[in-house]
Formats: sequence, structure tokens, C-alpha cells
Amino acid sequence: MSYHGVWTIAEENRGKIKEVSYELLARGRKLADKLGVDLASVLLGSNISESELKQLIYRGADKVYVVDAPELGNFIAENYSNVLVDLINKYKPEIIIAGATTSGRTLMPYVSVRVNAGLTADCTGLDIEEETKNLLQTRPAIGGNILATIKTPNNRPQMATVRVKSSRPAPIDKSRSGEIINIKLRQELIDGRVERIGFRKAEGETVGIQDADIVVAGGRGLKKGENFRLIRELAEKLGGVIGASRDAVDRGWVSYPHQVGLSGKTISPKLYIAIGISGAIQHLAGIKTADTVVAINSDPDAQIFKVSDFGIVGDLFEVIPLLNERLAKKGDK
Amino acid sequence: MNIIILIKQVPETSNVKMDEETGTMIRDGVESIINPLDLYAIEVGIQLKEKFGGKITVITLGPPGAEKALKEAISMGCDDGILISGREFKGSDTWATSYALAEAIKKIENYDLILAGERATDGDTGQVGPGVASFLNLALATYISKIVEVSDKNIIAERLVEDGYEILRVPLPALLTVVKEISFPRLPTLRGKQKAKKTEIPVWSTENIELDKSKLGLKGSPTRVVKIGHPRVTRNGTIVKATDDESISETIGRLLKFIQEKELIQRGH
Repeated sequence: MSYHGVWTIAEENRGKIKEVSYELLARGRKLADKLGVDLASVLLGSNISESELKQLIYRGADKVYVVDAPELGNFIAENYSNVLVDLINKYKPEIIIAGATTSGRTLMPYVSVRVNAGLTADCTGLDIEEETKNLLQTRPAIGGNILATIKTPNNRPQMATVRVKSSRPAPIDKSRSGEIINIKLRQELIDGRVERIGFRKAEGETVGIQDADIVVAGGRGLKKGENFRLIRELAEKLGGVIGASRDAVDRGWVSYPHQVGLSGKTISPKLYIAIGISGAIQHLAGIKTADTVVAINSDPDAQIFKVSDFGIVGDLFEVIPLLNERLAKKGDK
Repeated sequence: MNIIILIKQVPETSNVKMDEETGTMIRDGVESIINPLDLYAIEVGIQLKEKFGGKITVITLGPPGAEKALKEAISMGCDDGILISGREFKGSDTWATSYALAEAIKKIENYDLILAGERATDGDTGQVGPGVASFLNLALATYISKIVEVSDKNIIAERLVEDGYEILRVPLPALLTVVKEISFPRLPTLRGKQKAKKTEIPVWSTENIELDKSKLGLKGSPTRVVKIGHPRVTRNGTIVKATDDESISETIGRLLKFIQEKELIQRGH
């Protein structure tokens, strides 16, 4: 049997399908249509309702393969990998895409080794090459300074992780129909070595900076940790989350999960506001795929202005409080 | 506790060039350093050694010059290094790199733990750690931000995920990839540097590792770089000076209008 069809790896959290699953369906639908094949979404998890599964169909899947079992309630690399490898061997998809999330970036390399597949990390562009029907995978590398297009000419499946938020989620179309295929978990696929024994919520903001539409970030220009309250206040008013430069994190002003840049997170929000951040190349690497960048900095020569859509050269301690005030007034209306 | 740490040598600046034909990086003439994210793995490894004893072996796959990275790790406190190097590895993608590293590790008996950085700052894939674990069928935990407890058989560790920290019990032997939050890397000591100078770094290749040559280098790599593009770096943005009360106020008005027009925030604002 030859390899056929496009798969997306959906993700769920306590029975609710994560948004990234719909972003992948938007990507997958385009690829499947170009190839003239079915698009299937694969979901491993626990306690997923029929109505949640239908969402995947409304968003573009022709088929949904679901393995629902208590043992799959949490992501454990070995278990998820064993189950996915089993499905791949049975159904032989030609393309598999997953989110470049903590689980996607763990699962996919583990699986790609097992099935001798090529894997490309953190893609921001996917397409089908006309002549060969190969998957063309485009990704930023070397700190976003180059865009490399990669293909997997001989091995199947062709696998890729896709940067979160790099495409809009597929729209809901309730007229769509598709097939939900329930697959029973075979117990021998549960590895059982690694166990999740607890969970601790991140302090402060609950939304990860990679999932946020608006990120307001502060850097060394804030001078003191306590001044980060200006950033927090603005983020709150705009309905965004806080980010930080490496400087701010290394000084202990904000915790590491908020760090944007090469040694932190690469993000693609709709709006990124950089405050008191000069824009070291390592920082800019983290925001290359942001839709709109706004910068506020006192140094007119700061690098950050080169990548800004709107820049304010001024004293952040004058600008931000007034901006917060104006937003508060508007909010009261 | 015997520990293996996987490191990668990366270009010092992000200003490196690519060979447009092969799509691989031209490393000549650019200063090389240990991947900054690997330093955290090195630090954690040294801390574990200080607490529980044992030996740390650092391994890298790279050109002959990558010996420098291994020596630097030794000067921080690692015990010895192994350089996997040779023409046959040139152009290896993450799959082929994972394969070669895994086969080399099979030659090392008696290890309890393999540590690696979350990803390298040049290739930025984060795929080699999980890939090596997969080849060796080792228990894997990625994005580890804290080691909570270590016993003979298990490590309890926190894993940084999108919405918080998972607490995992990982049986040994295992492979962990770690994030920056886990430690603060120490600097090499003078004594460490002297030790590094004296330490011989063995070079392993197909001559001393049992390797299937068809799985190495460019021809052993499932993926191919077919095109290199240079993304738009700069944006033609509006830059406004806000120096006095009046201009600040006016600028804020313009900014609010700008983000409203882009429908980035709700009209209510």
C-alpha cells in the first residue's frame, strides 16, 4: 500500500480541542486539496465528546481518527509515539503535520525516528511542489535570518511541525460532513515508564506568550523590576500578556516563560509592543513572524525601530502611563 | 551517577552564511561557541555530579574544530569528551545526527542519564534530543525546568509546558532536554582550563563506531534543503518623536488610531 492522505495532529486539553488543531486544519486542507486527497485529523486524548470531535470536521477534516483512553489523558512521549506509529503503519499517510508545541516538538522527532521519516521543525510555510507532489516546508533558521525550504524526496511520511499562530484557524463550516473513526487503545502500546504525577500552573498570566494575540514586552529600558507594572497594566488593558527581553529575564524582573527571542520563545502575535527593548538580533529573531510591531524606546537608533510598523521615540516613563490612562478612559465609556 | 551531555557547536553570531548550492551552513571564518542553551544542560550535569558523584562525558558531532566546545565543557567541570567527526557525517540532518549520536552512545556503557539543551540556536529544531532517545528507546522528558528529586531509580522533574509545569517521574536511564530556567551556567575555572588543555579528546568515526553508512551525512538524511531565501527583515514603519507633553499626547492618539484601524483591539477602546 502506498502512502496516501494528509494528517494533522490535533491536541486537546481536558476534553477541549486546542486552537492549534484548527490552525493545522487550515494548513492541511490546502495541502490535501492540492493533492486531491483526504484530510484526516488524529486526536489522542481522554474523555473527548462527540461534539468536540465534530469541530474537527467542521474545520476541514474529512476523517477524524480518535484514540480516547484514560492512559492518553496526559501527553507522555513514549505512549503517544507508540500509538501514532501504530496508526501510521496501519493507514500510511503521506504527510503528517503537528503544532510546534511542547508536545508536538517532542512527539514528532520521536516518531520520525521510528518510521524513518523526514521531519522539519517549526515551519511557517507549507506547500506542494507541482511536479513531484512533494511537501515543501519553509522555516526560518539561523535566528530568522534565512528562510530555508526543505523537502523529503524519498521517505514517507513527510513530517513537519508548524509554528503556532503562523496561520489563522480554519473557519467553522457546519455543513461539512466527515467520518469519525474510534480506535481502541491497545494496552501494549502504553509504555508506562514516564509518569505524570502532578501539575503546577504558571504564576501570573495563564496564557502562554505563544498563544496570545497581543504581547506587551518590556526590556532593560524599564530600569527596575518594579517598573514592569507599567507593562502589566498595558497588557491588561489591551487584553494581552506580558513578554520580556533576555535582559529583563536575566535580571529576574520576569520569569523565563515570558522571554521572547532566540533563547526564549518565538512568537507570532497579531500585535507585539516592545517597550524599552533595544532589539538585539537575538530578540528580533523571536518576533519576525509577528503581524504588527510597535516599539517605544528613547534611543532613535535602536534596532527595534527597523522592524517596527509604528515606533515612538520617547521616554517610556512618560509615554506608557499616559497611554494606560487614555486606554482606561476609553474603557470607561 | 554517570551522565552524558550532548552539545553542539554553533556560530557565535547569527550573521552566518549559507552555501546556496548545498543549503548547508558555511562555518569557515565565523567564531564558534557552545550552543548557549546547552550550557544549562552542562550546569545541571555538573550540579548532579557534585551531589551524587560519577562522571560526565560530553559528546558532540561536528567538524574537527568542535573539539574546542568539548574542551570548554571540560573546563566548566565535565570529565571527558568525545568528538564524532568525519567526512561521512557532513550534511547530516537531525535524523542522521540522532542516529550517529545514538550509535556512539551505545558504545558507552554505564550511563544513567543523558542531558541535552532544549534546542540549538542555529538550526533551532530541538529534534536531536528526542531523536536520540527514540533510537536508544530511552525514557524521554523534554523542556525540563527543574530537577525536584533524584533517587537510584528515578528522577522527579518539572517540565515547562504552555500553561504551566508538569511534574514527571522519569525512570533511569533517561534522556532529559532542559530549558534555561533550570540553572545558571558557571564560568570555566582556571583549574578547569588547565585540565581541559591536558584532556585528550578521542575522535570517533565510522572506524570505531558501528554505523550503517547509508544512514549518515547528506545521503542518510531524509530531508533536503532545496532553497534558501532571505526574509524581509525591516518594515517600513512610521517612526514618531514624542519629546514634549503635546507631542506625546498626539503620538498616543496616532498609536491608538493605528492599532484600532488594524482591528488589533476592540473598538470599545
